[in-house]
Amino acid sequence: MKLKALFIAATLVLGGVLLSGLDAVHPFGVPGDVAMDEYFLDHAMEERSSENVVTSIVFDYRGFDTLGESAVLFTALCSVVMLFRKGRK
Amino acid sequence: MRKPLSLVARTVCDLFAWFLIIFGVYVIIHGDVTPGGGFQGGAIVGSFMALLLVAHGGDRVLEWVKTSIYWIMLFVGLMMFIGFGLRGIPEGAFFYNFLAVPHDVAKTMAHGLIPFSGTIGVMDIAVGIEVAGGLTVIILSMFRGIVLHDFADSRKETGHDG
Repeated sequence: MKLKALFIAATLVLGGVLLSGLDAVHPFGVPGDVAMDEYFLDHAMEERSSENVVTSIVFDYRGFDTLGESAVLFTALCSVVMLFRKGRK
Repeated sequence: MRKPLSLVARTVCDLFAWFLIIFGVYVIIHGDVTPGGGFQGGAIVGSFMALLLVAHGGDRVLEWVKTSIYWIMLFVGLMMFIGFGLRGIPEGAFFYNFLAVPHDVAKTMAHGLIPFSGTIGVMDIAVGIEVAGGLTVIILSMFRGIVLHDFADSRKETGHDG
């Protein structure tokens, strides 16, 4: 019972902290800082001569994200193969 | 689940499976100029195996499919991707685009084998190979798991305490 009260108190405190943080979030649909967006739109074509700006962001400016995406795919594949492998005995 | 579809459905799938592959490869290698890219094209190529499994049934497809080829595709794609990322380190940074040609230079050049966007196009191909192999392995192993499950119901029991 005491643990339950502790959990409820912790939930309330954490929820209060997170809800109070909502003030700092900028409004939906209004970009906070457009400097990076404008840089990509202006320079992606000239620097990398790729007509598809999205691909130049995905594979060049933010290659780390794509590396993580590959890691996610590999992890999913390993878990699927482990789940469905033969010889459960 | 494991039985093939009718002759008409099988013939249509035989006809269109190859166009599916060609479309997927088109999406992969035109990743730097058109919408799409490596992941999307790889998913299109990977759905080829799902089409074959549905149309021809598991018995016939699993007989001649070698899963190791798709594992090799997965690792080759991943190593190409990481290798091109590491190759950028001597030029400046991890994932630095060392092959890219600036646009004003590219306008005066003739087309070569490597696209003007440099590693963007090459990494598209790498990720396309990786995703095609990986999704095909996922489809095949899930299908094998389903077939195993079907066997467990339909065949006689092989003993639980062995």
